[in-house]
Amino acid sequence: MQITVNVNGDEHTADVEPRLLLVHFLRDSLGLTGTHWGCDTSNCGVCVVWLDGTPVKSCTVLAVMADGRTVRTVEGLAAGAALDPVQEGFVRCHGLQCGFCTPGMMMTARWLLDRNPDPSEEEIREAISGQSCRCTGYENIVRAIQWAAREGVSTS
Amino acid sequence: MQVPAHFEYERATSVDHALALLAKWGSEARVVAGGHSLIPMMKLRLARPEALVDINDLGELAYVRLDGDVLAIGAMTRHADLLASPLVGEHYPIFHDAEKVIADPVVRNRGTVGGSLCQADPSEDLSAAFAAVDASVVVRGPGGTRTVPVREFHTGPYETVVGPGELLTEIAVPIRPGGGSAYEKVERRVGDWAVAAAGAAVWLDGDTIADAGIGLTAVGADHFHAPEAEEFLRGSPATEASLVEAGRIAAEHCEPVADQRGPVDYKRHLAGELTTRALRRAMARGRLNPGLGAER
Repeated sequence: MQITVNVNGDEHTADVEPRLLLVHFLRDSLGLTGTHWGCDTSNCGVCVVWLDGTPVKSCTVLAVMADGRTVRTVEGLAAGAALDPVQEGFVRCHGLQCGFCTPGMMMTARWLLDRNPDPSEEEIREAISGQSCRCTGYENIVRAIQWAAREGVSTS
Repeated sequence: MQVPAHFEYERATSVDHALALLAKWGSEARVVAGGHSLIPMMKLRLARPEALVDINDLGELAYVRLDGDVLAIGAMTRHADLLASPLVGEHYPIFHDAEKVIADPVVRNRGTVGGSLCQADPSEDLSAAFAAVDASVVVRGPGGTRTVPVREFHTGPYETVVGPGELLTEIAVPIRPGGGSAYEKVERRVGDWAVAAAGAAVWLDGDTIADAGIGLTAVGADHFHAPEAEEFLRGSPATEASLVEAGRIAAEHCEPVADQRGPVDYKRHLAGELTTRALRRAMARGRLNPGLGAER
């Protein structure tokens, strides 16, 4: 069936099977491979994108369910050449090693800071508790988000 | 790659439209709300509906409000919204206790209260919480609307009284002053399904327990309910000994099965201990705020 999804501000129309998952629509149909595809079971959180402004795990959303809605992916975080403060924080605080979990972590972090500009460490850890990182032990991810909260002015 | 089998997709624009689509597809259709139980089951081919009726556009079913002396929760209320609702925390903190330990924040953004009930997973948390507070569910179908007590809602694992062509629209929780409520869960790791869990609501009359409700999760309790322990508590003194005895009775009457989450004797022990803990906390909340039983 034909769907139209606004992804990062651009309308995309495509003919898809109803069983196509949103994560594969983004990666394979649109070529937006910043959103990663991990456990496929809504556990690991590497596929987190915003759907109508709310973080969801896109391996457990059908592309057709996004028809007529807006999606924001990690490709939509930066404003042109200007990195989002969350991205800047991950760079400065070494918030990643292999980078596999990073796009999902950053999408959740941006959402958290939009709603709670000065979160406690506990609130940060709670916000990212549905997302796994196997490299950093989370310490530097928390620091990166704290950096963004402290130093950053969101471009979004 | 996990991909569901082929199906047809329909998006409902109103409750009436959803009912028409369900009538059109009959027993081969499944309703999809948050999809965080159904889509994984479809990926594993444990569910193979011919058609999905998507009700995510039904904003009319996304609400938490007071209707007289009833806390009314729309079926499309997301877990995150139930957790964030001050109204829920004020009247029934048991739901905030339960929501904090359901999956993770991103999953809670998507999963719905109605979807959780209709999925009827034996390890699902809200069913026991709703059983503890003696809620009812509102089911709409081609013949009109009917109301079913949660304590009669589940007909077996993954089965409920909601028939083909019907849609759960609301959960109605009676507001009864002077009570307290709480939910206690043991999980292997954060966000996991319960090894066992218990929900309790207690209403006091001075130093006597006037009424109590107890729900049990993942331990094979019929309808997620522990009526024998409730019956024992009614009229019992509001003492620690009563709560411990109620836990013992609840454990005795449930039927846990051994699985990767633990052996039978461990789960039975948990059922008793968590029942007592939930009752203890529910009673403390009721005493702190006899008007409402608010969150503590």
